[in-house]
Amino acid sequence: MSAVEVIGASKIFNQGKAQQVDALVDVNLTVNQGEFVSLIGPSGCGKSTLLRLIANLLEPTSGSLMVNNKTVSQARLDQDYGMAFQQAGLFDWRTVSKNIELPLELKGWDKEKRAARAAEMLELVKLPEFANLYPWQLSGGMQQRIAIARALAAHPPLLLMDEPFGALDEMTREYMQGELLRICGETATTVVFVTHSIPEAVYLSNRVVVMSPRPGRITSVIDVDLGAKRNEDTRAADGFFRNITAVREALRGTQAEHASANAIRGLEDR
Amino acid sequence: MNFARRVAYRTAMFIVSIFSVVAIWELYKIIGPQDGGKFFGVSVLPRANNTAMPHVSTMLSRYSRPEVRGSDKKIWAVVLSGAWFSLRLSLVGFFLGTTIGVGLAVLMARFNIVKRGLLPYLVMSQTVPLIALAPLVVSWGGKLEIGSFVWPRWLSASILGTFLAFFPIAVGTLRGLSSAPAAAVELMESYAASWKQTLFKLRFPAAVPFMVPAFKLGASGAVVGVVVAEISTGLKGGIGRLIIEYAREATGDPAKVFTAVFGAAALGLVMAGFVAISDVFLMRNRPKESSI
Repeated sequence: MSAVEVIGASKIFNQGKAQQVDALVDVNLTVNQGEFVSLIGPSGCGKSTLLRLIANLLEPTSGSLMVNNKTVSQARLDQDYGMAFQQAGLFDWRTVSKNIELPLELKGWDKEKRAARAAEMLELVKLPEFANLYPWQLSGGMQQRIAIARALAAHPPLLLMDEPFGALDEMTREYMQGELLRICGETATTVVFVTHSIPEAVYLSNRVVVMSPRPGRITSVIDVDLGAKRNEDTRAADGFFRNITAVREALRGTQAEHASANAIRGLEDR
Repeated sequence: MNFARRVAYRTAMFIVSIFSVVAIWELYKIIGPQDGGKFFGVSVLPRANNTAMPHVSTMLSRYSRPEVRGSDKKIWAVVLSGAWFSLRLSLVGFFLGTTIGVGLAVLMARFNIVKRGLLPYLVMSQTVPLIALAPLVVSWGGKLEIGSFVWPRWLSASILGTFLAFFPIAVGTLRGLSSAPAAAVELMESYAASWKQTLFKLRFPAAVPFMVPAFKLGASGAVVGVVVAEISTGLKGGIGRLIIEYAREATGDPAKVFTAVFGAAALGLVMAGFVAISDVFLMRNRPKESSI
């Protein structure tokens, strides 16, 4: 059973109007259970749009999407996935532990069960002593760890992340990447991860999906052969650089294509 | 504690501001022209004499003297009971105004069509002069009979308080409800949260920093509405009635009307004070800069 199945999905904004944007055209993607897949590409390539289609926050213009063999709308109703954004988006007025309990509250869990699960999640992200603080009393990296704890609180089989470490400094970012791999390994969570960073995508992923803009589409999929076990040594390994180069070349290809497309359009304009 | 310190700080600032107003008043009495400043025949500066501007000490001492000569009722007791009467009417008006204002804000936040249709009328409603409205409300209320419910006269004054209170509350709450960040709304959607859940778990908490100043305006608006209604409908027992009664004696006993005016001002402050205390309480766990 695949965790995510995207079949011929397209998303066109403002269809038929002057400002029509072909955000995604005919995208096919299968993510297997327990896999870590990154979506990478220049701005406007539709990687966030694809993530939102999987999350059922947007409806596709055509094509179909499945999560755990259910329609995405059913998967959303069942809270089959958790989500984390670039901004941690914690609620200022709730303590750390009440923030983690939010999805459980919405599911109608009772108080003791929620508190127990929040404590468990705080252990998982190694911040148990911060349960009763407020999010604004925490550093950016800690806030993002709480956001991950919240996303995983209901033990969803799938985690969707939209540049979750984009606002963090480099040191914190690398630490968070290691933590994310550990957490997902411990919980056997499937992850779809949107990022701008090539080393981040390579370090985290089993597969890197390279996308290109105008219209947004998948241009190549690169299997990262770094094995299952990754740690700080991985960042210095030869294989790491080889894979980075592979992704970088795939991305260059999309840009060259993009540049030539512009050149042709330029000619037509004349 | 932090909570106690903030209350103490606000109280101190309030006292300092009162003393500065007194100082400015007395200073003007010293340097200002006794018979007013005229500029090409047009009066531009207020008269600084004791009839137009009694000394603060005269006004304060007036409180301990009887209301009318020979009466054993001191004026402070009369003003206090008038203020207490008007406070109760204002609270009723404020409560109704809050209910209506928040209710309208929720409706407008939920249905864009309600917002677009209703908002212009709400703005327009505030341009109707209260004095024109007061007799209408009294006469409509007088004709109203629902079962055994008979419209009491004081309720008309409360309704006019409501009329001034609901508008800032509706507009401020609407603004606050729409202030929830898009990412937070998306997060709630990703949890398949219902509109009601999003309202209570996200939109209302996010709206608090906007609602508090709106409620302050609404609270003082309720007082103004009640006092004006008392004056224009001649309702007895409240501070508004005292103001017009005492104003008639302004030439012979100029300090007297000020005792009632201060009573009305204190009333507004007490109402706004309730809101300020709830503000400190509601915002105690938020980052400092989120308070508006």
